[in-house]
Amino acid sequence: MVLKNAGQGVPEGKFYVGKLEQLFNYFRAHSLWPVNYGCGCCPIELMAVGTARYDLDRFGYAVFRNSPRQADVLLVIGPVTKKMKPIIERVYAQMPEPKWVIAVGNCATSGGPFKDSYNIVRGADTFLPVDVFVPGCPPRPEGILNGFLTLKKKLINPKIVQVSSNG
Amino acid sequence: MAILKTEEFTVNIGPQHPSTHGGFHVVVNLDGETVTDAYCVAGYLHRGLEKIAESRTYAQFAPYCARLDYLGAQNPALGYVQTVEKLMGIEVPERAEYIRIILAELARVASHLVFVGSFALDFNGWTPIIYCFRDREKVLDMFDMVCGQRLTTSYMRIGGVADDLPEEFFPAIRKFLDEMPACIDEYDGILTGNEILIGRCKGVGILTAEQAKDWGISGPNLRATGINYDIRKVEPYGIYDRFDFEVPVGTAGDTYERYLMRVAELRQSLRIIEQAVNALPEGPVRTKVPKVLKPEPGEVYHRIESNKGELGFYMVSDGSDKPYRLHIRGPSFVNVAPLPELARGGNIQDVIAVLASIDIVLGEMDR
Amino acid sequence: MGNVEEKLETTPAVPPETKKPVAPVQPPAKIVKPGELLKVMEGLKAEGYDYLNNLTAVDYPEYFEVVYHLFSYEETGKKSVIKCRVENKKDPQVPSVCSVWNSANWQEREVYDLMGVTFTGHPNLKRILLTDDFVGHPLRKDYQLDGEV
Repeated sequence: MVLKNAGQGVPEGKFYVGKLEQLFNYFRAHSLWPVNYGCGCCPIELMAVGTARYDLDRFGYAVFRNSPRQADVLLVIGPVTKKMKPIIERVYAQMPEPKWVIAVGNCATSGGPFKDSYNIVRGADTFLPVDVFVPGCPPRPEGILNGFLTLKKKLINPKIVQVSSNG
Repeated sequence: MAILKTEEFTVNIGPQHPSTHGGFHVVVNLDGETVTDAYCVAGYLHRGLEKIAESRTYAQFAPYCARLDYLGAQNPALGYVQTVEKLMGIEVPERAEYIRIILAELARVASHLVFVGSFALDFNGWTPIIYCFRDREKVLDMFDMVCGQRLTTSYMRIGGVADDLPEEFFPAIRKFLDEMPACIDEYDGILTGNEILIGRCKGVGILTAEQAKDWGISGPNLRATGINYDIRKVEPYGIYDRFDFEVPVGTAGDTYERYLMRVAELRQSLRIIEQAVNALPEGPVRTKVPKVLKPEPGEVYHRIESNKGELGFYMVSDGSDKPYRLHIRGPSFVNVAPLPELARGGNIQDVIAVLASIDIVLGEMDR
Repeated sequence: MGNVEEKLETTPAVPPETKKPVAPVQPPAKIVKPGELLKVMEGLKAEGYDYLNNLTAVDYPEYFEVVYHLFSYEETGKKSVIKCRVENKKDPQVPSVCSVWNSANWQEREVYDLMGVTFTGHPNLKRILLTDDFVGHPLRKDYQLDGEV
């Protein structure tokens, strides 16, 4: 019996016919383990997301790993200074594949209110492949949750980020 | 008998580390588990705020001050606007002064709640942080109601505050003041008599009063050593001299005492908020100030008792609409300087305990 | 030992390029030459100024000015502002007061890092906030930002 929507990553019915990678992506999307890194004002909202009211744990994402070698997603959260940039690159390099990056906050997206400073890197996407940007200064905890859920949608159905040729 | 060859081992604690409160880096030399030497590397969050201040007008820089101590953002913002008001001789209406005190003390409560939660978290106690953040959400809800933002508010303006308190604030603050003492008793019950906390913290990282004076320490870290010095009593700013509150002073100067200071300060802040809410007068909340602020050439140094210690603003004006020089004396920058001395001779886990009890926030350390 | 303050020249707390006199909003600052700084500071500490609160520097067109704010923990009314002017802007040097108060240690390193003022006699004068290979001293008025916005 062949399912409808086979290959889109959403199993229906009794059999699943599709690529193994899509099945694995479906499971990975429900269990993203972030690295415990944060520097600045935005990580305080991340701490609020992890505690009881906003409860990141119900999505399976609040397993913060202290070692990057056990983590899936790097949240670049807070301003990236020139001194911190090599550290983030090392942390990213230590993470095993597959790995993703979420840039949280205005500072990680573009430099934020400090973008004319002498010590700020203007955006995490200048040196890392960022998958999801979460704007805000700081973003509300619901915004950070939305960032995680957007990454989940992207993992399950990668075609949503392709720009169609019709413009 | 063969002699074992041993050598010292260098370990990096941070900057990516769950217990360094952001990106703080301590390099320790270890002989087994004993720390023989340590040095700190700061600057991972140096955003160049002092240079940015030279290219922003006085009013435009006020929101940046909330990013200094983001755990209780109203206190640094209060310090900055009071500095400009002192420089220009601007008087603030009475109602605005009371509102400022209410928000500043709420910010202190919010900051100390994060301290209590993350202090326990550094010893792998996962319960207190959930309780502390549950109560911190009540405070942040009130900030949201009044200032429009939870964390990095820009409510303090030069000449007063941005807007009046909304109607729904008063039942919320009364409910908070009723419920909070029982919540503080809850954390007290879990943590203060806890055998693990006492074992890890008592007698660890002792800072004597002489050392504290020499290193220029301020805030609860100083009062834990026995010196009674609080800017709110010594050089009251705003209308702090009208309120009746105690300043907790300890004796031992160790990690445990520094923790006890902040729990006691939580209770005193609630007293101040209650008195301010009861005595709130009617009136305007902002004086009229010129659209473009151009102070007379001169300089001023203003200091406040911020959440972590003494926050100072040194401002030099040359008559134009932007400051010529603004220096921010961050308490965390000065308070963390004796960390290598306190860590030397102890175990590696004591480094984490001492760093947690000094209570740094990277925003005002690195600016 | 208590006459150190009277011997120094006293000027009101305004930067010199202003023409209008203005009421000082803090105690008048005492201007000290770099050569006498250490002696003055030791004298003030002996008088009871045991709290070096703030140590910073300002870049004026003709000189660098290192500013010290001193208080006392016990006698809370005591306040003092000391300013040390260095005319040589190419290589400014000021004696370090680390031997008097340890709280000068990190604050002098910050001034060296961001302003480029060298403190002679400092036990560990290295950059503290910027990376070790950073070129230039950003808080100086002639530091060029890279202009990207």
